[in-house]
Amino acid sequence: MEEKKKPKIIPAKTPVPEQAPLARRSNFKEVSLGYTKELALEEASRCFGCKNRPCVGGCPVGVPIPEFIAFLKAGEFQKAINKIKETNLLPAVCGRVCPQENQCEKFCTLAKKHEAVAIGRLERFAADWERENGKGGTPPLPPPTGKKVAVVGSGPAGLTCAYDLAKQGHKVFIFEALHAPGGVLFYGIPEFRLPKDIVRREIESLRKMGVEIVTNAVIGKLITVDELLDDYDAVFISTGAGLPKFMNIEGENLNGVYSANEFLTRVNLMRAYQFPEYDTPIRVGERVAVVGGGNVAMDAARNALRLGAREVTLVYRRSEVELPARKEEVHHAREEGVRFELCVNPARIIGGNGWVEAIECVRMDLCEADESGRRSPKPITGSEFQIPVDTVIMAIGTGANPLVPQNTKGLALTKRGYIAADEETGKTSREGIYAGGDIVTGSATVISAMGAGRRAARAIHKYLSGEK
Amino acid sequence: MSAKIIEKKLIRPPDVFYYKVSAPLISKKARPGQFVIIRLNEKGERIPLSLADINPEEGTISLIVMAIGKTTSEMATMKAGDEILDLCGPLGQPTHIEKTGKVVLVGGGFGVAPLYPIAKAFKAAGNEVVTVMGARSRDLLVYEKEMNAVCDRVVVTTDDGSRGIKGPVTAALEQELSKGGADLVMAVGPAIMMKFVCRTTEPFKVKTIVSLNTIMIDGTGMCGGCRVRVGGETKFACADGPDFDGHLVDWDMLLGRQKMYVAQEKESFEAWKKRHAHAVSEGE
Repeated sequence: MEEKKKPKIIPAKTPVPEQAPLARRSNFKEVSLGYTKELALEEASRCFGCKNRPCVGGCPVGVPIPEFIAFLKAGEFQKAINKIKETNLLPAVCGRVCPQENQCEKFCTLAKKHEAVAIGRLERFAADWERENGKGGTPPLPPPTGKKVAVVGSGPAGLTCAYDLAKQGHKVFIFEALHAPGGVLFYGIPEFRLPKDIVRREIESLRKMGVEIVTNAVIGKLITVDELLDDYDAVFISTGAGLPKFMNIEGENLNGVYSANEFLTRVNLMRAYQFPEYDTPIRVGERVAVVGGGNVAMDAARNALRLGAREVTLVYRRSEVELPARKEEVHHAREEGVRFELCVNPARIIGGNGWVEAIECVRMDLCEADESGRRSPKPITGSEFQIPVDTVIMAIGTGANPLVPQNTKGLALTKRGYIAADEETGKTSREGIYAGGDIVTGSATVISAMGAGRRAARAIHKYLSGEK
Repeated sequence: MSAKIIEKKLIRPPDVFYYKVSAPLISKKARPGQFVIIRLNEKGERIPLSLADINPEEGTISLIVMAIGKTTSEMATMKAGDEILDLCGPLGQPTHIEKTGKVVLVGGGFGVAPLYPIAKAFKAAGNEVVTVMGARSRDLLVYEKEMNAVCDRVVVTTDDGSRGIKGPVTAALEQELSKGGADLVMAVGPAIMMKFVCRTTEPFKVKTIVSLNTIMIDGTGMCGGCRVRVGGETKFACADGPDFDGHLVDWDMLLGRQKMYVAQEKESFEAWKKRHAHAVSEGE
């Protein structure tokens, strides 16, 4: 019997237990502890199960949200996770790192007047529940089609594309340049936000489906995309936006200046936080400045605290409202003691004997909004000031890594060096070559890359099936 | 992909080893001047190593490694048949090889080894190839025989005069240039040697290529840890290099950046030595 009565509105999200700020800033364990069964049931009960499913429209991979929450409400946790996995290969990852506030949760009916249903936390709960209790089965596979696809890069776009193609019976090989698969999930996002063990396990499920992952394979150097086309029926390029940007200011090559990519790769991929048990070192010192206002900047700042920095200052040239990072990340960074210097831009880095000693900044005045809707900052003359630091981390974005584009003849690129590809299909200017994720869009989110991988997989499947 | 060590020998006691590694795909693609990155085990660091030889017919590459820190000493304890956990390459841009006339190659210490495939390639392109190679004393010279086999002439220098000309490579290079000039000089070795090679060639206005061995992690242009200033621009040694016009390199910055982890490297090495004291003393 279905309940006829309208459910009672519970205006606020069920809070999720977290490690206390002071405790967590000195360890690398996960900040959010996730819902318990009781908390998940409580939160699931807030969902109306709207027939028009506005939340699903906000999800780049179209997770059947009301349906999986309905299973949670009924205590059918295995069914809930199976439902999610119909469209999402990486629920434990997405439940943790998706910007739900701009996607599914933004469109939640409840969000019009109250707080949205905590869809991300519920997704994470379902995924974690399965890891601890469930069977962790793989979806049933059709008989092999005999077609082979090469996926270049094992980040979220590549993994999703591989998953969808494997589900259609195609044989997929993923080529990864580093020694561990996962792309940004592995080298970029910190342990305390996304434990690497979870990434490993989610990738393991892909291997169980017969997907082969070849590590240490730098496509463009070891094998070109054209050579791949000799052996494979199609190629999907998802190499990400891995080229770190610098500001080209004085002092940027002093010892103690890192790109966020280098800093995070040392910590996450190479586990420098466990030096000298692990070989790769990192130097943080007492005081750290992080330049930038995105999620990567927050990750770098919070990693710096955990590595023992006494004072971490985040320098961002616009104001609080323009901070591109997720609100939750900004909030967590503040709680942990990261200092924010807003409307401030670095002018130069000052050093002594080759090492960083301070960063000189200038205060910025925010002018009228430009066509992008963001107010453009102008330096205020005479407002220069110095922050004494031992380390500077540049987290001002990344560009297109030219390795694959440079070594693939006839592949059309955008003005900024990204691969020109159709948004709906990932089709590039070359037949049989598809592309998606950050190498097409520039740095974006995990889930949007996954969406691109999914759309390309659909197009590749059509191409392999001979449909035009 | 892991890679098996096919052959290992001590080529210069006590600490310079030759490793022949099975790498069928890499050996087909690698060109002189490129490098690989290795990681020995799960807790290991990634280090770049120059290619001392490339043999596509037998599907191998050769590496000459001096046991000087933690990873290289750990590698020295490995034997033929052992697997290097991760081998990644070929990385970097190949050395630009063309017929220019007379090419003088300058190598210091075990840095002579990566010049070997480069010398072969310059010779095959129809150049007169002269190598000036130096070490502190005769026992520390490597690859003299090999270089002799592929070059038109090899000039050997030692600091103590125990073999060849007494003095630094730069003095012999200066003599070579004043006598017969050169159309191209290429130097591989310690940064400080390459800096002084460039200083030596500058008055002769001879184009001088250097191969920079910086600190690296990924080796694909992703981290920027290897950045160098060349002609006032920031370049990534792993992706844009490792070869650059030596007269445009900011050597002081390069030398400074190499000191970034000296303290940690020492700490790591000392800790390892304590754990593996016996392995180190046994050498081979």
